[in-house]
Amino acid sequence: MARRTPLFDAHRALGARLVEFAGWEMPLCYRGAAEEHRAVRERCGLFDVSHMGEIELRGPAAAAVSQELTVNDVRRLRIGDGQYTVLCNQRGGVLDDLIVFRLGPERYLLVVNAANAAADYAWICDRAGQRAVVIDRSAELGLLALQGPEAELALRTLTALDLGALRPFTALEGTVAGVKTIVSRTGYTGEDGFELLSAAPDAPPLWEALLEATRRRDGLPAGLGARDTLRLEAGLPLCGTDMDETTTPLEAGLAWVVKLDKGDFVGRAVLAEQAARGVPRHGYAVWRDGVAVGTVTSGTRSPTLGTYIGLAYVTAGAAAPGTPVAVEIRGRRVPARVVARPFYRRVRREE
Amino acid sequence: MEFPDDLRYTKEHEWLRLEGNDGVVGITDFAQDALGDVVFVELPAVGATLAPGQVFGVVESNKTVSDLFAPVGGRVIGVNQVLRDEPEHVNADPYGAGWMIRLAVARRDEVDALLDAAGYRAHIAREQAK
Repeated sequence: MARRTPLFDAHRALGARLVEFAGWEMPLCYRGAAEEHRAVRERCGLFDVSHMGEIELRGPAAAAVSQELTVNDVRRLRIGDGQYTVLCNQRGGVLDDLIVFRLGPERYLLVVNAANAAADYAWICDRAGQRAVVIDRSAELGLLALQGPEAELALRTLTALDLGALRPFTALEGTVAGVKTIVSRTGYTGEDGFELLSAAPDAPPLWEALLEATRRRDGLPAGLGARDTLRLEAGLPLCGTDMDETTTPLEAGLAWVVKLDKGDFVGRAVLAEQAARGVPRHGYAVWRDGVAVGTVTSGTRSPTLGTYIGLAYVTAGAAAPGTPVAVEIRGRRVPARVVARPFYRRVRREE
Repeated sequence: MEFPDDLRYTKEHEWLRLEGNDGVVGITDFAQDALGDVVFVELPAVGATLAPGQVFGVVESNKTVSDLFAPVGGRVIGVNQVLRDEPEHVNADPYGAGWMIRLAVARRDEVDALLDAAGYRAHIAREQAK
């Protein structure tokens, strides 16, 4: 039996088309995903994302545990700051991507994907041991997302909070439409927008007020269908689809969140190995899938490209442009890729 | 060629600048000139513990690959991440932007045992006379 968010009745009253997603019965769309998508791009849209998980870490070691379990650097967070990050296993594989908020000096809240919430909680409890208090708050919290270029104008009508001063990836505690909330300037649509956490019983009145404010700006309630096309246009990966335990955040294009120099963390050894670079030199072996396939004949750091390039002989099976290989540099297999020659081509001047 | 008086030197052409209990380490002007354009610097992870004389990394130019030796023992508390993308600082500013690692120096007497600028100049002169 699929779980329902506190807004299930509201979705049904709006005539939503409901589907099962990650064990939850969720609105796919209300009037039409494309129309809802456009409303978010041009005006604003309101999403129920209460299916997402919230895990809180508390205690003097909460920061250290968060730092050890995630790839980004939580030491950069002041109270009220949020940060996009990834939870990796020891092999550097992606368990989940999430936003971690620092709610207090020793209080961190991880907002995680619905599909992984239970597994994340078990993993975090296991790794934290007795060092920090870990609380799964998923069932007691509702989460709404108001997204779009007019989201701030819509939200402003419901709160005295200084939304203009709320920078991206920061959060404020305050009252919205009479409901106690944590408002963050975050989202998953590629537009400006907000996400509002509240106690689960407060989510329906908050939804009603936000929906009214959204409609006043010609916005729409929006479902998971629009959420998926919006995030895909914005190039935002979806955990479980674009990355999972078999891919590392580096392979998933998330190198910018991986802070290898922050000290040790779960998965660091594998990620550091994968991020390794070096000059391919004459005589170095070329590997593919654990098999030696050739030898480098010359290599350098390209002054023009700023990256490391080389020429090598490889077996025909490994010669196609795009083939992932590794060059063995002083005993370490550094990832490389077969590309079409030349590395540099002069630009012909237009006559 | 410059060899600042406030630095200590090794015969392997590293320099060390003492800042409180920290030792900042790089390679000398002589070393960078001998190497030619530096194209890659491999540095240890923060937290690594080094014994005096231990290899802590590698510096590569188009000509050659050379090991880097710890002038003194200690724990690595900082590495110059900028060199990852811009190794050319080692040539342009070997005692400044081209620094490589910062160590929590374990024993002060190991620092005192290093060459001073005059001793290092004499060492280079002997090497070049060979």
